[in-house]
Amino acid sequence: MIRKRLGRIAFYLLIAGIIFYAVFPFYWAIVSSLKTGSSLFQVEFWPSNPTLENYIALFQEQPFARNIINSLIVAVVATGISLFLALTAAYALGRIRFRGRTSMLLVILSVSMFPQIAVLSGLFELIRTLGLYDTLAGLVLSNLILTIPFVTWVLTTFMREMPRELEQAAIIDGANDWRILTRVFLPIMGPSLSAAGLLAFILAWNEFMFALTFTLSTDQRTVPVAIALISGATAYELPWGRVMAACVIVTVPLIILVLVLQRYIISGLTAGAVKG
Amino acid sequence: MLRIVALAAATLVAQLSFTAGARAEVTVSISCSSLGIEQQLCQSGSEAWAKKTGNKVKLVATPADANERLALYQTLLAAQAKDIDVFQIDVIWPAILAPHLVDLSPVVSEQDRADHFKVLVDNDTVDGKLVAVPWFVDAGLLYYRKDLLEKYGKPVPATWSELTETAKAVMEGEAQAGNSVVQGYVWQGRAYEGLACNALEWIASYGGGSIVDLEGKVTIDNPQAAQALEMAKGWIGTISPKGVLSYAEEESRGVFQSGNAVFMRNWPYAWALANAADSPVKGKVGVAVLPKGDGPDARNAAALGGQNLAVSKYSAHPNEAADLVRYLTSAEEQKRRALEGSFNPTLRSLYTDQETVAANPFYKDFLPIMESAVARPSTVTGRRYNQVSSAFVRTVHGALSGEGTASATLVDLDKELERLGRNGRW
Amino acid sequence: MSAIHQSPARERIDLAPAAASRGPGPTLEQQRSRVAWLFVTPMLVAVTLVAAWPLGRTIAFSFTDAYLDDLDNWVVIGFANYVALFQDPLWWRAVGTTAAFTIVSVGLETLLGLAIALTLNAHMPGRGLLRAAVLIPWAIPTVISAKMWGWMLHDLYGVVNAALLKLGLIDAPWAWLAEPELAFAAVVAVDVWKATPFMTLLILAALQVLPREIYQAGKIDGASPIKMFLRVTLPLIRPALLVAIIFRGLDAMRVFDVIYVLTGNNPATTTMSVYARQQLVEFQDVGYGSAAATALFLVVALATAIVITVGRVNVGGERR
Repeated sequence: MIRKRLGRIAFYLLIAGIIFYAVFPFYWAIVSSLKTGSSLFQVEFWPSNPTLENYIALFQEQPFARNIINSLIVAVVATGISLFLALTAAYALGRIRFRGRTSMLLVILSVSMFPQIAVLSGLFELIRTLGLYDTLAGLVLSNLILTIPFVTWVLTTFMREMPRELEQAAIIDGANDWRILTRVFLPIMGPSLSAAGLLAFILAWNEFMFALTFTLSTDQRTVPVAIALISGATAYELPWGRVMAACVIVTVPLIILVLVLQRYIISGLTAGAVKG
Repeated sequence: MLRIVALAAATLVAQLSFTAGARAEVTVSISCSSLGIEQQLCQSGSEAWAKKTGNKVKLVATPADANERLALYQTLLAAQAKDIDVFQIDVIWPAILAPHLVDLSPVVSEQDRADHFKVLVDNDTVDGKLVAVPWFVDAGLLYYRKDLLEKYGKPVPATWSELTETAKAVMEGEAQAGNSVVQGYVWQGRAYEGLACNALEWIASYGGGSIVDLEGKVTIDNPQAAQALEMAKGWIGTISPKGVLSYAEEESRGVFQSGNAVFMRNWPYAWALANAADSPVKGKVGVAVLPKGDGPDARNAAALGGQNLAVSKYSAHPNEAADLVRYLTSAEEQKRRALEGSFNPTLRSLYTDQETVAANPFYKDFLPIMESAVARPSTVTGRRYNQVSSAFVRTVHGALSGEGTASATLVDLDKELERLGRNGRW
Repeated sequence: MSAIHQSPARERIDLAPAAASRGPGPTLEQQRSRVAWLFVTPMLVAVTLVAAWPLGRTIAFSFTDAYLDDLDNWVVIGFANYVALFQDPLWWRAVGTTAAFTIVSVGLETLLGLAIALTLNAHMPGRGLLRAAVLIPWAIPTVISAKMWGWMLHDLYGVVNAALLKLGLIDAPWAWLAEPELAFAAVVAVDVWKATPFMTLLILAALQVLPREIYQAGKIDGASPIKMFLRVTLPLIRPALLVAIIFRGLDAMRVFDVIYVLTGNNPATTTMSVYARQQLVEFQDVGYGSAAATALFLVVALATAIVITVGRVNVGGERR
């Protein structure tokens, strides 16, 4: 009995530790965002004179709301395209044996092996040639180079773990591959789709280098770039309060996204398709 | 009905051909700072020009971080983009970006050219072309705590040895009084361009030259330079905290402004912030020229910073862009910026102007500092400046961190720079 | 696809490709092969469109002496850039630093990720909120979180030293970002903090598709939790775990932001990516920089090949 209770306590301590470890810097960001001026250099666990000045100034000094919408569009579209393309590809790569399967997977993986800086100028040329400079479409396109390989590999791996019986049952019922993918596998790929989708979304949301180089007008910029351009009084002064306020604002939608996705993650093979 | 349409169309065409003959309104894009007062001043100045000349002006926001900005500029210029006409460029970039810039000599009058600080004009002249016009200038300054120096009866140090002694004395005194947080001297020691400025100041102040001289000869390996480096090395852990090797401008300012340092080396921007309403050291800060070294060749040396304006070769409207540059760098505009934003003018005459000095009292002492300013060897080393700077910063940082003696470090650096410069041909 | 409709009964039993074809029509395998290519093509087209030109260009430039300020005038110089690269001690130091960084940080992230994922897999109230909380480090843009940590690790007014001093664990402020060993540790710690949620999320997804029955079976057999984990859970989540490790490894080997923001061009923490960027962007040497980037790619490819071989990752997915 005591053992169980100790175990319980240890468990909750562990949870507390994990939360502290993950959340403390964010809490620190919130605290800093409520301070201005010299008080930023003081170590306090709650500001002595909390103020919302940073948050207000953030929206006044630049079109921050617009920047957030831009980021949202780019991230959603890039993730959507990646998930769709990767899902169909993953079905083939994971369930169908065909020549060139292994090489294809390795080639896709190798795209992710180049540092972003190496791809930058080539991609810049490509975007300019396509006439997509300073547009959100250009950003969506360039983010695909980051998200597609990763999402493809994750979905392929999960797809491969799906039991054969489901597929065979569907084939007996006369389904073609598209049907198998959409009716049989898709409903139970909740966890992997959510995980890969969420990670891809965050990747596109936080992407900085391409966003900085491929857009120039303030109202086409995304959030990470807008934050980097946030106004301080001089070139050296880091507008720390504002940056932290921006960071807080930007992280909250992501947290909401995760909470929303929780409901759509179906745990395990609950579809009841496999019996015996 | 058709007749009316035809008439309207004819009138429209006539109108268009009429206005086509008249001068069209041009939009000039300028990339100047996107930060606070700097942006405001650039905006108001550019808009005044726009009004005067009947053109339009568009401000493009670029990153504040120097490296990011340079990378962005290079990407755009390499692609021959027309998106930005006028560029605000750092004092060490003219030679790097020169192939993409227009010669602005016709834009600067003889009188103004003589009035600009010579060191700046020379810095901005590449292969005989004036590729950028100086806009505002910065130089390294010594900040000190007036109250602490008074308390311990110490004068403002004139040499580095004096500074070291004074710092030690004050630190000990404060520690005995129970305040052991106080540091002696904070500066920028992180492995980045700021360290190049600090190190150049030490070396030049001992008479050790400026890494590469104006003819392209590598001069870094000399006993004065070694002496200067050893001195700096001795500060770490004694009068400077060990963390100073990771400080940039803001980190050092944070320590000084919260009252925890006796001396600080920083750019002029810190002055206004140190005297801001919420600053713990408000009213207690003084500014002086950086100390000299020891020895017969010792001199005061402040690293040259600041920004210039340049026009891109690929601009669709080079004439209008050059005119905007002329306007923004004129005496009138620079004076306005000095009064409203404390941006240090590049024209000597403005430092003796009554109004500007009234608004910025330390300008009285600034003129001699500017005369003793040392430029980093960016113009002579041209496109390889960043490599020179990187090698310099890396070896200095290494020596300061304890990875080898100063003299050995300088010998290696000398070899590396000789190789880089292909024996002076750069 | 119509072939399946026509003769489902016959083909279904024999899914393995036959040695000889079954008469005039395509076999099921060949049929499905065509379908497979159809399914894969859109993704391939997208990737090729976006990646082929930039990557090809980089590799091509690595054999020239191109400079950024004069990109149209270059000369092919063969392998000269690579020779210079392999003779540069700074490059090799960067390789070493990258290797150490990758092994340590990915190792820590895997262990922590496993621990946290296993904890979060349990049924408990507020599970959703917990998962969202755990994701926060990954959700904050890298540049910002690096700057944030830089602020917290400041030796004199950073909160880390303040806390450690108050708790009496250290007696003088430590210069986290200045001293070479501490700087490396600091950079690893920040990266681990940031990237653990990535591992956690993927491992959690893998744990969630495991059927509950296996745990019940284990409980009946009276196996201890650790044994359950090692014998049952771990092998089942191995594929997903290895994919997570591979991609984290790729990111770690190409790491740039964290290092640059926290420590600048400090040679003690310079990784291959920082080195390549310095050459490409600061020094404008497109030829040499592209060679460094390509060399980075080769090193990463080699490391990945090793992981795939040693981890017996089933890239081809052949059913045993």
